[in-house]
Amino acid sequence: MSDVLVIAAHPEVEHSRVNRALQRALAGQARVALRDLYALYPDYLIDVAAEQAALAGAGLVVWLHPVHWYSMPPLLKLWLDEVFTFGWAYGPGGRALAGKDLWLVASTGGPESSYHPSGYNRFFFDAFLPPYEQTAALAGMRWLPPLVLHGAHRVSEAALAAHVNTVVERLASWPRWPELQDLEAAAPCEVPADARPALEATP
Amino acid sequence: MTEGPGWLQTSLVYLGAAVLAVPLARLLGLGSIIGYLAAGIAIGPWGLKLVTDPGTILGVAEFGVVLMLFLVGLELEPRRLWALRRPIFGWGSVQLVGSALALMLAGMAFGVPWNVALVAGLALAMSSTAIGLSVLNERNLMPTTSGRSVLSVSLYQDVMAIPILALLPLLALAPAAGAAAAAGGGWKPAALAVAAVLVIIFGGRLLLRPALRWIARSDTPEIFTAASLLLVVATAALMHAVGLSMALGAFLAGVLLAESEYRRELETDLEPFKGLLLGLFFIAVGMGIDFAVVREHPLVVAGVVLGFLVVKTLVLFAMARLMPIPLQERPVFVILLAQGGEFGFVVLQGAQAVSALPAETASLLVASIAISMLLTPLLLLVADRWWAPRLASAGAAAMSEIKDEQEAPVVIAGFGRYGQIIGRLLAANGMSATVLDHSAEAVEGTRRFGWKTFYGDATRLDLLRVAGAGRARVFVLAIDDVEQSEECARLVREHFPQATIVARARNAEHYARLRALGITHIERETLDSALMSGRSVLELMGATPHAARNSALRFRRHSVELLEEMAPHINDEARLIAISKRGRAQFEQTWARERELTARRKGRAGWHAPLADDTGD
Repeated sequence: MSDVLVIAAHPEVEHSRVNRALQRALAGQARVALRDLYALYPDYLIDVAAEQAALAGAGLVVWLHPVHWYSMPPLLKLWLDEVFTFGWAYGPGGRALAGKDLWLVASTGGPESSYHPSGYNRFFFDAFLPPYEQTAALAGMRWLPPLVLHGAHRVSEAALAAHVNTVVERLASWPRWPELQDLEAAAPCEVPADARPALEATP
Repeated sequence: MTEGPGWLQTSLVYLGAAVLAVPLARLLGLGSIIGYLAAGIAIGPWGLKLVTDPGTILGVAEFGVVLMLFLVGLELEPRRLWALRRPIFGWGSVQLVGSALALMLAGMAFGVPWNVALVAGLALAMSSTAIGLSVLNERNLMPTTSGRSVLSVSLYQDVMAIPILALLPLLALAPAAGAAAAAGGGWKPAALAVAAVLVIIFGGRLLLRPALRWIARSDTPEIFTAASLLLVVATAALMHAVGLSMALGAFLAGVLLAESEYRRELETDLEPFKGLLLGLFFIAVGMGIDFAVVREHPLVVAGVVLGFLVVKTLVLFAMARLMPIPLQERPVFVILLAQGGEFGFVVLQGAQAVSALPAETASLLVASIAISMLLTPLLLLVADRWWAPRLASAGAAAMSEIKDEQEAPVVIAGFGRYGQIIGRLLAANGMSATVLDHSAEAVEGTRRFGWKTFYGDATRLDLLRVAGAGRARVFVLAIDDVEQSEECARLVREHFPQATIVARARNAEHYARLRALGITHIERETLDSALMSGRSVLELMGATPHAARNSALRFRRHSVELLEEMAPHINDEARLIAISKRGRAQFEQTWARERELTARRKGRAGWHAPLADDTGD
């Protein structure tokens, strides 16, 4: 029974190096269920029920994607919009994801040095992550320290193999990661009842 | 034995022998050629004596070789033939001249006079086009390097048979006879020959296609077959009349039609005739083996057979190395060209006629050639068992070279409105496909449009085979007729299981029938276009384009799921109605609930599931 769900999203995986290698390595792992969004939903028509069912069985959810325009590829964002629904993932009764872990495995085209106030990306990479962290928080998920491979186009074969190995090992050993010992479980994130119009209100 | 017309008797003997011997030979794993040869020996003057004059049948049977060369020509577009000019004239002459000289020297070493040795050398240097090309076809080796090389050398031999026959009188033992025969030459026959070739080339270009189109439009299959046969017979007759090789003329006509849309249909129609006549030809060869000579000089015959095979093999080995031919294709190349051939008979016959050769030597050589032809299939079997396995591991890398010569990996059956769209999408992505359509008009129209299309009925197994279904990765079934579509699907599933079928379905019932055959990639032909129209209607009625799109796609998914559920119960009407009713009810419930939700959540756009707060409405 797989308890690790990898949501992979790469719009042009045929041109990818890092993400393709990772997807290939993870496809054979016993405890891993891999969902390649661009292969499953080439028409962007997400089967919400199937996605929610896959999430229900997982303890660790992994987002595996390249960083495009400082964010996730559009199909992953659509997946998030459609699958993490009000009343299911958050809001009243929305506890379906609570207690699960969320881990980002991303790759960037720019080298690590570019993610610096003096580099052309102007911010440390962490500065782009608050939307991810808050997404996890709102759904009651524990946000794990992300694994980011910078300079994905130029990374050496050896470094790529090491990266793939790290991911495979991590997924196999979760949740017995040293850094998770002092990481607290996520606190429930309540949404006040008056924060948004109620579903039952009459028009 | 005297009652009944002669042809009835003859057919009875030949067909009976073939029908008995060929399956037996195949059962023993010997191949059909051996079966025919054995049948010939059995019914011939040295067997059961059912036929005593093999010469009479040989003339008819030679037409099998003519037909075969026409079919070979059909496979070779002029462009590809032009690309073969070097192998034909270069390697062809190396083989013929090299083998003939080596054989002549070997003969002279045994004390044979030089002119007799030369005639014998030329006769023995020829290889059997009939056996060679039949084996290549049987093993699907035509597109490989060795296949093309065997074809090139055979073509060169066919071309050269004519000048050799013309030269024979000069080698005559009695000079008087030679001079008389040589006097036949002059500018007139040469001009006639050139004129005949021109007639074939221009006639083939300008007249044949419109004529074939006109015949095809009459929609009478047997008349198209008759026209195919007539075409080959007429070409052969024309070439014969001007003293050129019939087979060569047929080959030329074939090349000219290789680019036409009727290529596949011609191939399919002539294939059975070719097969039977070639069989007859092999039977005639079997009957022609003069066992009297063999019995009188067993050692001499054995020596000649062994000797000329060894000499030719050495020449061919050197060629294979220099050309170069991939390692694992060499056995076939060497064995097919080392054997003697039917043109050898012709040369020997001609030599005897101008007394360039003593009669006894001639019949000894004829027997040797025939025996070498009998040995060829056996040698191939031995090579398959002992030789090829050793080469297979040595040359695995060389195999990748032949890829570009193979058939298109996609076959599209039915090139009407549906198939054309698929073809254009493939072409836009730089892929090619073999296209089959049964309507002459559709084929003509699409060709004008720039597509490579062939005229033929996709429910014929033989036609599917020539179209390359056996090598296709994807078979697109875009035929509009439901019956034919199913028939074709069944054939492809059964005979070409390696090809994945992508099918067009007329309606739900057709969908279910295709599904029952195990096909998974099926699309109903009107579903998607109707949904696109549905989207337009929704938009015109006020839905946003994106909402209309989502609604249509979700409707589509539901509809396909429902159909998948219904498909196994195609013959159970009550069950179908129940499933369909339940499905529609579920669908309407889901839709109603969502409409209600949307209506309640004022300001929230469309059919979307509710969005997270901070995405902003």
